[in-house]
Parts: sequence; structure tokens; C-alpha cells
Amino acid sequence: MSRKRDNYDTSRWKRFKSWLDGETDLLEHGMEAHEAVMRSQDPVVMPVHGEGKEILKAKEIWRFKRFYKVMSVLLCLGVILVLLWTVASLPITGDAANPDNNEVVARYIERGLQETGAVNIVTGMILDYRAFDTFGESCVLFIGSCCVLLLLRLDGNSKHEELEKLVAETNDRHYEPKDDIILQKCSCVLVPVILIFGIYIVLNGHLSPGGGFSGGAVLGSGLILYQNAFGYERMGKLFTEKVYKRTTLCALTFYCLAKSYSFFTGANHLESGIPLGTPGAILSSGLILPLNICVGLVVACTMYTFYTLFRKGGM
Amino acid sequence: MKLFENILLLSLIVCALSVAFARDLMTSIIIFMSYSLVMCIIWMILQSPDLAITEAAVGAGVTSILFFLTLKKIRAVRKEDDSEQEEG
Repeated sequence: MSRKRDNYDTSRWKRFKSWLDGETDLLEHGMEAHEAVMRSQDPVVMPVHGEGKEILKAKEIWRFKRFYKVMSVLLCLGVILVLLWTVASLPITGDAANPDNNEVVARYIERGLQETGAVNIVTGMILDYRAFDTFGESCVLFIGSCCVLLLLRLDGNSKHEELEKLVAETNDRHYEPKDDIILQKCSCVLVPVILIFGIYIVLNGHLSPGGGFSGGAVLGSGLILYQNAFGYERMGKLFTEKVYKRTTLCALTFYCLAKSYSFFTGANHLESGIPLGTPGAILSSGLILPLNICVGLVVACTMYTFYTLFRKGGM
Repeated sequence: MKLFENILLLSLIVCALSVAFARDLMTSIIIFMSYSLVMCIIWMILQSPDLAITEAAVGAGVTSILFFLTLKKIRAVRKEDDSEQEEG
């Protein structure tokens, strides 16, 4: 026997459904604290309205604010205490009996070079043993830049927004004079060096300290410097939104496919057919070099996109 | 070397505190940058050059630029002559 629904309008499901459809505002039911606080800022006006209820309400809000302050201080102190306590109970750094001194570390150090072919053990760990984590990190970066794109982008659809964009651009020029000759000459010298250094870090990730993330960050800052000196028009020839989307998508897809392949073969004890090469040579250590390039591209694009989105809300 | 490390660690603490207590937002960003640079040297001493490169590029470079841009967007950075007028 099904239950009779005579009170559908007040049921929880109805409220949930209307909330889901965006028909009702949850803040309507007594949660509109912001407006109330605004009212309480000028308590002198309150009695003029002559309603005793409102005075009572203002008093309540004042009490609530007091309570809020005390509770926030208490919460802060509590968190500090918990964190300090955790630090105090951590094991001593470098102790032989620490839980992190297990067979995994020994295996990484002893057979890392042999199994991954990377002279730099850190990169071997990041991009071979734990490549799945790195893939997640690159995806987080990509999602982060997508969110910034959603939040900060100015659409040029309506006329009003176009005007806004124009105003933003003129303001930009107001604060930072374009065609600054000193900046241009300096960046003529600096940008090539920075870019080459970034490319070096990315390409030598398996041989020397560095790798995709740090090299990509260096590349991105070089691009930002170039953009600052020469403006968006010159930069638009090299780097547009389309380029960004394509590069990031291709890099992430390649990373995913390559790593899936190597995980699949590794898990099933098959020969992957990827040569490891001689350790120390630039073309060695199997998949690490292309994966480094992928991560570097994603990071460089993301850094530059963050910059342009923060600055003018578009590429 | 031990002394140098201690000086670096001390300056880290000083930087971290003064970021929170600096009055001007611009000042606190610049202090934050110097915090990243000190942290970068400490990473070098701790023998992790990977992290040092990343810290220098991201912490001192890109993050601070983003902070500056945000300050400019919310009009928190006054122009120089404006502040001079207010002072004079």
C-alpha cells in the first residue's frame, strides 16, 4: 500500500526538487544573515521604526556576532593545539626505525636506475613508479585553469560586456605603460635565456635536477615576461586560446595513453617494447622524457593562462 | 654552516610573521616573495634542487605576479602620485 501524499507541497522532496531546479532560494528561510547584519550597523535608525521586535533582533544579532568571535578564536586555538601536538608526536627525522625506512625506499634506490633508466632517481620515481599520481596532478592543474577560465573570463557577446572589456583594457594601459623601452631591451636579453633554461630543465629531467613541473613553471614565467614587454598583439601570433586548448589536451591525452599502456603491460608482466637506452644519454629511460615534455607543456600553458585571465579576462 | 642555516630559519619565521602583520598589501606580497627566496635557499641546503627550482619559479615568480594582478584588479594598489598627495 502506497502512502498517501496529501501534503506534497510541504514535503521535503518537493523542497529538494525546487532547490535543485533553482526555483527557491534557501536563504529565504531565516538564513539571510548578511542583510540583517547590514541593518544592525546603524542601530540608531532602529528605534525610529518603532518596532520592538527589530531591536530584539538587533540584540540577538549582536549576541550572535559576539559568540561567533569567541568561537572562531577558540577554534583557531584548537587547531593550533592539534597541529602542534601532531608535530610533537612525529618520529625523529632520520631515525633508522622510522616507518618510512622500508623496503620500498631501498628498492627505489637500489634498482631505480636499472628499472627506470633515469639517472635522477626523483624523476624516475615521479614519472615511472608513481606516474599515476603525476597524471592526477596535471589534471588538477588543468581543472584549476578551467575553473579560473569560468570565473574570470569576460565574454564578448553582449555590447555591455564588450564595453567593459574596452574599459578594462584602457585601465590596463593606464596602470602599465605599454612599449616600455627599458623593459623591452631587458626582456630581449632575458627571455631567450629563460626559455632555453626552461627547455633544458624539461629535457634533462631524467639526468639532472628538475623535470616537467619546474621547467614548465620557468617556461611559463618567461612567456609572462615576454607578454609584459611586448603586449598581447605580439604574443597572439605565438599563443592563442586555441593553441592552449590543443596543447593541453594533446599533452594530457598522450600522457594518459602512454602511461595506461605501460601500466597495462607492467601489470600483466608483458614486454612493453620501450627501450630504456643507456643511462645518462639524453634519449634514454623510456617514457620519462616524453612524459616530462607533456607535463612541462601543461604547466607552462597553465601558468601563462592564469596570468592572462587574471590580467584581462581572456587570451 | 649551522649558523647560516639558523639565520635562514630565523628569517623565515620573521618573514612569515611580518606577512601577517604588514599594513600594506603590497608590502606583504614583497615579503612573501622574499620568504619564497629564503625557502629556496633552504631547499638547496637540504639537497633537493628540484624543489628549489620550483620554489623559485612558482613561489617567488608566478604566485607573486598573480597576487599583484589581483591587487590591481581590486584597486588596492594606489598610484605613486596619489599616495604622495595624501601624505602631503
